[in-house]
Amino acid sequence: MAAPFDLNNDGVVVIIGSGAGGGTLGNELAQKGVDVVILEAGARHEYDDFVNDEWDSFTQLAWKDKRTTSGDWRVARDFPNLPAWIVKSVGGSTTHWAGASLRFQEHEFKAHSTYGKVDGASLLDWPITLAEMEPYYAKAEAKMGVTGTNDWPRLPGNNNFKVLKAGADKLGYKECHTGNMAINSVDRDDRMSCQQTGFCFQGCKWGAKWSTLYTEIPKGEATGHLEVRPNAMAVKINHDASGKVTGVVYADKDGKLQEQKARIVAVAGNSIESPRLLLNSESAKFPNGLANSSGQVGKNYMRHTTGSVYAIFDKPVHMYRGTTMAGIIRDEARHDPSRGFVGGYEMETLALGLPFMAAFLNPGGWGRSFTTALDHYDHMAGLWIVGEDMPRAENRITLHADEKDEHGMPIADVHFDDHANDTAMRDHAYKQGQALYAAVGATRTFPTPPYPSTHNLGTNRMSEKAEDGVVNKHGQAHDIKNLFVSDGSQFTTGGAENPTLTIVSLAIRQADYIANQMSEKSI
Amino acid sequence: MVTIYERKPGLSRRELLKRGGASALLVISGSAVISPQHAWGLETSALKPETMATLIQMARDIYPHDQVPDKYYAIAVKAHDELAGKDPAHKDLIENGIADLDTKAGSGGYRGLGWEEQRVALLKDIETSPFFQAVRGGLVVSLYNQKEVWPIFGYEGESYSKGGYIKRGFDDIEWL
Ligand SMILES: Cc1cc2nc3c(=O)[nH]c(=O)nc-3n(C[C@H](O)[C@H](O)[C@H](O)COP(=O)(O)OP(=O)(O)OC[C@H]3O[C@@H](n4cnc5c(N)ncnc54)[C@H](O)[C@@H]3O)c2cc1C
Ligand code: SF4
Repeated sequence: MAAPFDLNNDGVVVIIGSGAGGGTLGNELAQKGVDVVILEAGARHEYDDFVNDEWDSFTQLAWKDKRTTSGDWRVARDFPNLPAWIVKSVGGSTTHWAGASLRFQEHEFKAHSTYGKVDGASLLDWPITLAEMEPYYAKAEAKMGVTGTNDWPRLPGNNNFKVLKAGADKLGYKECHTGNMAINSVDRDDRMSCQQTGFCFQGCKWGAKWSTLYTEIPKGEATGHLEVRPNAMAVKINHDASGKVTGVVYADKDGKLQEQKARIVAVAGNSIESPRLLLNSESAKFPNGLANSSGQVGKNYMRHTTGSVYAIFDKPVHMYRGTTMAGIIRDEARHDPSRGFVGGYEMETLALGLPFMAAFLNPGGWGRSFTTALDHYDHMAGLWIVGEDMPRAENRITLHADEKDEHGMPIADVHFDDHANDTAMRDHAYKQGQALYAAVGATRTFPTPPYPSTHNLGTNRMSEKAEDGVVNKHGQAHDIKNLFVSDGSQFTTGGAENPTLTIVSLAIRQADYIANQMSEKSI
Repeated sequence: MVTIYERKPGLSRRELLKRGGASALLVISGSAVISPQHAWGLETSALKPETMATLIQMARDIYPHDQVPDKYYAIAVKAHDELAGKDPAHKDLIENGIADLDTKAGSGGYRGLGWEEQRVALLKDIETSPFFQAVRGGLVVSLYNQKEVWPIFGYEGESYSKGGYIKRGFDDIEWL
């Protein structure tokens, strides 16, 4: 049973956001007997409610509140008010996500010492190592049912994967398989196995794909220690004279402001909303926003170096059938500066339906060069590039100077300029992707620009030293010991891997730390 | 309100000739744009029917798919008529934009230009204008988001109710 907690109950841990970070932390704490209230800005849609339709699903789940953009990235031109493609709904972006679940490589936790000084980048080593993370990665993989771990078989390859694999073989790539996916390849955890419906991005109607919505959250609720409050948009975190946080002000479903008292607050609203909330919680004591004595809140915004390559063949592919992202080549994920850039990238299968393909293949494009591509939609194959991008202090989330949302909270502006390393990596990946498809007989290939960001990272980064970042190795604010950050905004650097497995592992680790600190009465 | 209605195939040949020649693809009749060959019509309320006919041609020139009938382009742009009814500024944007295209095209107007290349050249000139952006921006959703056009492109749409593709060809590629 979901436990409804009183607004004045100041013994609860209040978590903002119910996605990968917040949903996991909430359940982990509830399992330990800690009382938790999750405030979630979005509504609750169970998986029966999901729709196999790209725009309808986007309307149902995505975060559509206005944001603004600036910087030289193409998204700012093509989608000026949609910098990110993420979710506002119970379960957060784990409803939309594709399920690719990869561990970071050892050197990626030490980006600064491995890559050396990179001009124009604010690289730093993580205050944790792979060895420290390994036990938590193992717990996360077991929790999420990641294929290729724990004796769970990998998913069968679909048509799009088969094209990728044939190309990988031709180019001599060695590590190509259907990935490590948080998607059931066998029935487990009271959920069925993948039925290859091909709508992973629209929410899995079978529940085969892990999402906090129907795993962590109901499990936490069953303990009686977790309450998820939907349609509750946090607008400010309050603190007392000593600087400890005391509660969260939120707009309820009717737009009325309420305050939920708290012993501990954990922010997990994803990397645009989390810094926005901290910045908006400025006070006389913290004039630059909460946890921001370093000035780092909102800075170092990362989105992975991404892009896609689509290819047309003279025979049909039907790439949209089956699991959207079950296919990967890992050979380019290594750090090998001889390629002209530091860090590495993954290549993963990706398919969009016709409506999204039209919107994203070449935003703004028109005329026959564009439409003849779509004419061969069923003869297309596609892959997505995801690589490490360089953190930059200037790439940042700020509060808009005059525009406010319906609750009177300044909207977020997202500024991003590509670093030369990002561009060099993307160009390399485009070349490899196009060569791969050409090797299997593609008659035409398309180096497709990045979509609005699905991976948003780094804006409250972890650091050894308080002056370099916002939180310590446990995601605890350097400045305020009962304030935590529990989402991807903690990332010190981005790695080449899709981030969610690391977000979930950090949340499990953080729950251990919070429960210990609580029982030691240190917070 | 705009209504798209199916009608009996073909105005009479005499009627067609009277209205502007048998070669015309789209015919204006009263407040409607009619496709005699394909048995549909589109009634406008805020925009001039001539404007709507040109808008349909413009939509096809922006996203030309020779295998997609005019009807779907008409459905894709009809929201401009609805919006024009509510918002005079939008009505001006569309009417003036089309009038401008017609002027640039010379005596026969935009639809009178026989080759797609000729029409596209005019569109290239106004590519960055708010008018063009408004038409193209809406169209990329309203054209490709019609379930009826998906089969033309080989996209199968919703698959949950059919049990996914696990038994319906998710891995049926044969030519590799
Ligand atoms: C289409 C798509 C595909 C993806 N595929 C993959 C993949 O294959 N592998 C992978 O690793 N990652 C993938 N991702 C990324 C992954 O979804 C995110 O990395 C992950 O969900 C981020 O977790 P989070 O906890 O930081 O935020 P989220 O999961 O986004 O959750 C944040 C939640 O906080 C809520 N919130 C925000 N602000 C407030 C507020 N002020 N008050 C109350 N609630 C608030 C939001 O509504 C949201 O529900 C994908 C994302 C998308 C969109
Ligand atoms: S392909 Fe598999 S994981 Fe994706 S939505 Fe369908 S059943 Fe779910």
